[in-house]
Amino acid sequence: EMGKEIQSPEEQSSYTVEQLVAVNPFNPELLPDLENYVNEQVTSQTYSLDANLCLLRLYQFEPERMNTHIVARILIKALMAMPTPDFSLCLFLIPERVQMEEQFKALIVLSHYLETGRFQQFWDEAAKNRHILEAVPGFEQAIQVYASHLLSLSYQKVPRSVLAEAVNMDGASLDKFVEHQVTNSGWIVEKEDGSIVLPQTEFNHPELKKNTGENVPLEHIARIFPILG
Amino acid sequence: MGRLSRRVDSTIMASNYEFDDAPANYDDVQRQGGQDTVYDPNFVPDSVKSFVVHMYRHIREKNVYEIHQMCETSFQTLSERLFKDTPWPSVEAIAPFVDNDHVFCLLYREMWFRHLYARLSPTLKQRIDSYDNYCSLFQVVLHGVVNMQLPNQWLWDMVDEFVYQFQSFCQYRAKMKNKTEQEIALLKQNEKAWNVYGVLNFLQALVEKSTIIQILEQEKEGLEQFTATDGYDYSGGSNVLKVLAISPERKFSRCDTFDRYVDAVREFNKILLYIYKTKQYHQKSPQYEQLLKKNEQMYALLAVCLSLCPQTKLVDESVNSQLREKYGEKTLRMQRYDDEAFGIYDELFSYACPKFITPSAPSFEEPLVNYNQLLTFLTRTSQDAYRLQLKMFLYEVKQQQLLSGVRTFLKVYSSISLAKLANYMEVDEPTLRTILLTYKHKTHSVDSDGRIISNADIDFYINNDMIYVVESKPAKHYGDFFLRQIAKLEGVINDMDRVKLE
Repeated sequence: EMGKEIQSPEEQSSYTVEQLVAVNPFNPELLPDLENYVNEQVTSQTYSLDANLCLLRLYQFEPERMNTHIVARILIKALMAMPTPDFSLCLFLIPERVQMEEQFKALIVLSHYLETGRFQQFWDEAAKNRHILEAVPGFEQAIQVYASHLLSLSYQKVPRSVLAEAVNMDGASLDKFVEHQVTNSGWIVEKEDGSIVLPQTEFNHPELKKNTGENVPLEHIARIFPILG
Repeated sequence: MGRLSRRVDSTIMASNYEFDDAPANYDDVQRQGGQDTVYDPNFVPDSVKSFVVHMYRHIREKNVYEIHQMCETSFQTLSERLFKDTPWPSVEAIAPFVDNDHVFCLLYREMWFRHLYARLSPTLKQRIDSYDNYCSLFQVVLHGVVNMQLPNQWLWDMVDEFVYQFQSFCQYRAKMKNKTEQEIALLKQNEKAWNVYGVLNFLQALVEKSTIIQILEQEKEGLEQFTATDGYDYSGGSNVLKVLAISPERKFSRCDTFDRYVDAVREFNKILLYIYKTKQYHQKSPQYEQLLKKNEQMYALLAVCLSLCPQTKLVDESVNSQLREKYGEKTLRMQRYDDEAFGIYDELFSYACPKFITPSAPSFEEPLVNYNQLLTFLTRTSQDAYRLQLKMFLYEVKQQQLLSGVRTFLKVYSSISLAKLANYMEVDEPTLRTILLTYKHKTHSVDSDGRIISNADIDFYINNDMIYVVESKPAKHYGDFFLRQIAKLEGVINDMDRVKLE
């Protein structure tokens, strides 16, 4: 089954780790593989919540083997996964005394700012902790995606200044960013005031909400076929 | 028809059946069903034959309600009548009546062992065999193509029993001094049996795979909720709550929204209602005291949830009246969101929250390992983790306080400028924008497929500087309701047909 296709060594080992985690999550022998997998996620800009939670649980059972650098990376990856609650899920598995360390206090503060939509404070704090965050490529971009997501839920039309603050860009770089979204995500720039018209979804356009329709899955109806037949 | 038998064959149920204080002479062993016989594992009374035949049919036909009834009632009745002090017939004896179905036999053996643990004292060999049976059974449930649908109650009973047998094993193993050499050898040979890592693996996998998660998700989509009277109830005893404690991060933090509290309210309501209706039947259970304590704790938690997220229609009247009696005044004070309120949240949460233990403590090699240590390993408690939980919880409460202010205003206006609302809320505009973003974030969660789901009853959108309020009406799901009523009616008609034939 493993030899289905030619996979790069990295791909092969991550395939194996995921499988092992799915079958047998509480296996302390997996610890080194899971740690390597975290580093792999960082360098290849991929992500696996399940594997990371598994590692954090194993650290709970064997705290002397806990590697705080790895834990920090897991948390940063979890931040990048917003709006999913991965950060809280991970944090729950980390002992409080570890959370008291400086790098973790900073990450918790960053998470709090993101949870409360306080992007200006977030970027300020992130700048102060650049040395922790730059270890993980793609961090800024991931947060910008989250910011766009949150704005898209809330605004039909958002002032340029609000957007600028949320994605921590201005001037030419902001123009470039917006252009990219115009091309790929259906954003529209309002000519008069430069505000951004965000894509229409049921979340910012209530008339699009499918409220009255009801979806009954086929398999539910199939259960009564014997009765009707 | 039965006979004195001291079989030495490899059938585990025959050769290893014994009492812990077994008299030397098998003749002195108890009588079975009034007859002057001793236990014969191969003797299958007609009522048992009928039981397994029907159970097998119901499982194949996915008559979940009937399966539930047979588990809850028929099995207990037959046990009481025929197997007060003896095991049920061996699985080999009943297998021919059920086409030697592999999975059914695993299920039967599970019930067989459960009965053994309840009425008699298992030997070491039986403990090990029971663990092996669980391994096979859980493998099927987790990885096999299971062409059956079991009642949630049964699944949770199995998990509950699994946990109980694990605890029992730990207790047993701790008493090393009266072990025979044989037993010690057997223990050494079977180190994997009831190994804590193995147990945790299974529990983790089961909780994830279990229909409880599914039910929660279904309820999130607004489908009709199941009630205890339908026999679809999934409440469990204290052991199950411990199981849930293992993956609380999944269950209670999966979405950082109002939705979490609504889910919790629904769940507490179900459990409390179930306990209220069935308390009297549990009085003889050794876990009755624990059950009562859990009951009180759940009321406390329910009070907390309702204060954070008021819901009028989700709580049954009987539960509601108990709640008012116990926590009416405290609920009022919690809703004020002042310092005193936080004090009450703190108090109730401390009283009620499941105790979590960091599992890295004891060494399992020592024979005198304490039962409580192992129990705490399973349920994950520690001062650290508890304080952390409390901190996170109170942080959550503060967030809700912020948002409850917004909701009050949104309920009153159909549209309002940011400037005006900021003025009323006594914050500046940028702060108001962040509050509104927070509200959106908290009321929209991401499901496992990556889709966004809104849980907001009051919603809004912003156009530059204007806020427009959107009220959503809860969707009525008639289709699902009718489907279930059709299935139920069919069940009733089938029952009536059976009556006619008899």
